[in-house]
Amino acid sequence: MSTQVDARGLSCPQPVLMTIDAIKAEKKGEIEVMVDTETSKENVSRAAENKGWDVTDVAEVDGVFRITIRK
Amino acid sequence: MGIEHADDAGVYRLRDDLAIIQTLDFFTPIVDDPYTFGQVSVANSLSDVYAMGGVPVTAMNIICFPVNTMEISILHEILLGGLDKMREAEVLLVGGHSVEDDELKYGISVTGTVHPDKVLLNRGARAGDALVLTKPLGTGIINTALKGNVVTDELADKSVRCMARLNKKAAEVMTQYSTVHACTDVTGFGLLGHAAEMIEGSDVGIVIHSASVPVFHEIREFIEMGIIPGGLNRNRKYRMPMVDVDSACPAWLVDVFFDPQTSGGLLISLSTDEAESLVDEMRAAGIAEAVIIGEVVKEPAGKIILS
Repeated sequence: MSTQVDARGLSCPQPVLMTIDAIKAEKKGEIEVMVDTETSKENVSRAAENKGWDVTDVAEVDGVFRITIRK
Repeated sequence: MGIEHADDAGVYRLRDDLAIIQTLDFFTPIVDDPYTFGQVSVANSLSDVYAMGGVPVTAMNIICFPVNTMEISILHEILLGGLDKMREAEVLLVGGHSVEDDELKYGISVTGTVHPDKVLLNRGARAGDALVLTKPLGTGIINTALKGNVVTDELADKSVRCMARLNKKAAEVMTQYSTVHACTDVTGFGLLGHAAEMIEGSDVGIVIHSASVPVFHEIREFIEMGIIPGGLNRNRKYRMPMVDVDSACPAWLVDVFFDPQTSGGLLISLSTDEAESLVDEMRAAGIAEAVIIGEVVKEPAGKIILS
């Protein structure tokens, strides 16, 4: 079961900061981040990669992006 | 002015030796302190007149205010900040209008004057020109980072002072030079968006020496964290086809060059012969960051190279 970060309805930089907090807490494993803007999707992906995590999946359903990151 | 090119303001010729410049800008708060917000908003609105080589004369306030949910003292502080900035610019506030709105917004409309033959447009850069920029870049990224409370007070303060600074002195120095071929203020489209407008549809290109461009270096960390304004991504997507990035220009700086600025500096294209003297004079006038950031070239036409 992956850790979930629900950042829907929040604008940048909150989704990024929440993702970074989750990365610091988990250290490794799988995290799923939910956001609802294109900007947040790009920024969260970039933040994760910069912290050494891989973006393994980005799925969009009804305007919500589910970003799966793994380390 | 025609409307085929989006320019900074409207110009109307009244007499052979006199034209008026009209412009309007207002927006939601980008800083918490109301007085500072008033200052930044007015500096930003006046900038369009300076960028066209004009002198602002009168202004009117535009206010949207949530009167039922916000302390009226906040409005007073905003208006005071704006008024003080207008006084600094020697602009007379002659009126205004306010409406009730859920979201606070403030700005001014400005009327200025210019000689019809001396109007500076945001296009017209010529091969052999140097490009001068008068303020550092990065305020959009800092404003985004501020919302996440990850900015030091020192950096926030530097950024605010930069945004609140009038482009008045820069314009006064610039208009003394006869070979200024184009000028614009760097705002929402970022440095590269506004540089692209300067050469769009013309037969010249631009080379920007990335290491020379003044930026707030502290923001590199924010960019690498993914703290990036939505406008930056849109600017990059729209203009990247015109841009060639040389290996000398690091990726984070490319982002900074697309960062939407609030009340940014002037971007001036003038003959290389005069550019150094212009920069020296600007620095002597207290505009410490004024610097040559690149040049206008014949080839490749329609392209911006980041070296």
